[in-house]
Amino acid sequence: MSRSYGAYVMPALATALVGGLIAVLVANFIKGPAYFTDIAFIGLTLGSLYALVALGYTLVYGILELINFAHGDVFMLGSLFAATSAVSWFGLGAHNSTGKLILAIFVSLLFAMVCCGLINATIERVAYRPLRGAPRLAPLITAIGMSFILQNVAIAWKGPGYTSVPRVLPTSNVFSTHGITYTWEKLIVLFVTVPVLIALVYLVQRTKQGKAMRATAQDRDAAAMMGIDVNSTISFTFLIAGALAGAGGLIFALYRGGQIHYDSGFRLGLIAFTAAVLGGIGNLPGAVLGALVIGFIQAFNEGLLHYMPGSDWTESIVFSILILILVFRPEGLLGERTPEGG
Amino acid sequence: MRISAGWWAVLGLVGLPKSRWRGFAPLVRRAVKAGVWVVIGLILIRLFGVWKWSALAIAGAILVLVIPRYARATVGGYRVGRFIIPVAVLGIAISYPFWGASHGAVNPGLPQLPIFKTFPQMSTMVSMGVYAMMALGLNFVVGYAGLLDLGYVAFFAMGTYSAGWFASSQFGHQNLRIGAIGVTPGLAGFHFSIWLVLIMAGIATALIGVLIGLPTLRLRGDYLAIVTLGFGEIVPQIATNGDNLFGTGFNLTNGTGGISPIDPPGFGNWIGHHLHLPVNYLTLGTNADRAFYWTVLVLVLITIFCSARLRDSRLGRAWIAIREDEVAAAAMGVPLMRTKTWSYATGAFFGGVGGAFYASYVGAAFPDTFNFQISVVILVMVILGGMGNIWGVIFGACFLEYLDQEGLPNIGSWLNGHFGPGGSTFQVWHKTLDVPNYEYGIFGIILVIVMLTRPEGLIPSRRRAAEFHEGVHDEPLYDAAA
Repeated sequence: MSRSYGAYVMPALATALVGGLIAVLVANFIKGPAYFTDIAFIGLTLGSLYALVALGYTLVYGILELINFAHGDVFMLGSLFAATSAVSWFGLGAHNSTGKLILAIFVSLLFAMVCCGLINATIERVAYRPLRGAPRLAPLITAIGMSFILQNVAIAWKGPGYTSVPRVLPTSNVFSTHGITYTWEKLIVLFVTVPVLIALVYLVQRTKQGKAMRATAQDRDAAAMMGIDVNSTISFTFLIAGALAGAGGLIFALYRGGQIHYDSGFRLGLIAFTAAVLGGIGNLPGAVLGALVIGFIQAFNEGLLHYMPGSDWTESIVFSILILILVFRPEGLLGERTPEGG
Repeated sequence: MRISAGWWAVLGLVGLPKSRWRGFAPLVRRAVKAGVWVVIGLILIRLFGVWKWSALAIAGAILVLVIPRYARATVGGYRVGRFIIPVAVLGIAISYPFWGASHGAVNPGLPQLPIFKTFPQMSTMVSMGVYAMMALGLNFVVGYAGLLDLGYVAFFAMGTYSAGWFASSQFGHQNLRIGAIGVTPGLAGFHFSIWLVLIMAGIATALIGVLIGLPTLRLRGDYLAIVTLGFGEIVPQIATNGDNLFGTGFNLTNGTGGISPIDPPGFGNWIGHHLHLPVNYLTLGTNADRAFYWTVLVLVLITIFCSARLRDSRLGRAWIAIREDEVAAAAMGVPLMRTKTWSYATGAFFGGVGGAFYASYVGAAFPDTFNFQISVVILVMVILGGMGNIWGVIFGACFLEYLDQEGLPNIGSWLNGHFGPGGSTFQVWHKTLDVPNYEYGIFGIILVIVMLTRPEGLIPSRRRAAEFHEGVHDEPLYDAAA
């Protein structure tokens, strides 16, 4: 028996699934091209938010092979930091002067990134580093514990209810043609995410510290023998991952005026983790690609009018994708690192 | 290590250096140790709790149970010793409604502990039993087979909804009743006897477990954890949105409204007349909680029996072999997939039974009771008590569920009473602290502390502790020079 039936059935099923999805999308596009494009812009915006969070998962997984469950909650704290800074300190409201807006966003971004980076690095130092020799599940369980602790930090800080953030970004149109509109809100999100992503790529690909990160991810022993301080490199990776989560938190808080709940980071974190797995965990471009795909899927599912299950089912769909990917293609869309999937 | 060094210093001060202490007979040493702790406890209750003379009786019972080494005792050549303590604990548990909490209220003749206050009420004891059962179920997966399951709540939900489907009026077009108790004649829907529903729920949930397990159990470690987490999120979402499945108008779960009422357990007139077992639990009034409590005790006993027997069976030894070294187990001829799927199905079975019983106790099934937090709480129960150890897991489940139901509110009111606004000791904070709000944070702290300091749990199985301390072939996460 050279090839089992499964070898034929699974690709056929996958093709049917993807084909059906494309057919539904095309049908929606034909019924309302302008509306479809609007929804796609929402997907792009969501996707870039997910990309920031997913990159944090993938960076940490790449270097430690640890699913950092607390990452989503670091992101949630980041959104609270950003909201506090932008709304309470800078007093952003419905209408702001351009200069004040730019300054407020920039300072809030830095504030959230620095705070989240430090929190993430501290968590690594306190909770994960002592467990490096332990069985693999020990740090994973610790990460879940840290996630709960961070959620309760948020409860202690802001209370168990929702923290509302007013809609502070300008909602005027950048352009509007043929019924397609693109608002400044969405463009500002890209103005934040794209430079952060470019900075990350530069850091990982071009700097010495990035080289150390890549070396440590590849082979810790060898990296240590080459004189790389493995511990500080891992701390640095957590710092960067936390900073990305902080940037994501700013977007989550400000884009469309957020409703921040203490467990919203956990929910969004799971979605972002799915994105990281979809792209191939440990693979940075893969995380961005996966995040965009998930963003589009969520936007289409919640926004499109025809043949879509609707927002009640978004999480089920995302987790189904996660399960299907992990079971049938654990290396993801782009990934080549498969420590577990095999 | 450091703690014990401190103890030796204290003992040296009272003229008992290590060498002299070691010279006493073991029985004397155990008696002195237990006596010191019991006296400390009594003093604490006298000073900070509510003193009742029955505290002395409880202290005496603890000393009698703890001091002698029963495990070695033999009667006529049979080693009955290892059963003495479990039977004694069981006797205390069975008689609890008579001396502990009768008719729903806590017995006023009992002392009250400092901070924790009263002994648990009957309703708390029932949920402790249900959670002990589910924690033992999860222990099959996490403790024995070493697979991390973060979606155990899916099985809980499945069991609860099985009871909702087969013991309520949810399906109004059907009319089928098999031994149902306390259902008005002519009421539509499936009405099966709860005892039947418990078994059906267990089997249905085990089947779901197999369905979830077959494609996913090939994955190892954290990937499996994530997939189970995904299922744990999907199942409650189906429960929440299941009132109009995929726009077909088919009402499977009645959505956020939940399914209610679910029929109560009972034995019916014939058994009630001949064996004097309750005809219908709900007609017992204030004694209903007692009946539920004894029922759940029986269920927990069955679970303990299955746990212990399965652990020592061929299958159980295969689970432990997989936990310790998957590759070696496979090389020795253990069929990995089948063995893992069995552990999953067994764990799911008890989760389903527990869920169905809980639904019958509460009389309803609501989707918002099933979330990721519940999965993690059950996991904390297993980990805190000691993965793989039946007594540890039961202790963890009872303790955490007690904290959840009564302990944290009591601790909160004690803290607020002493340090809150207008506190009797001295005021530290100005706003009333809502301690139960921080429940999951406290559980998170427990998780982290246990993992960092005592990963084998409070009452570990010796074998599991050795794995954690000597390490197993589980590709250590990180082994470079620190």
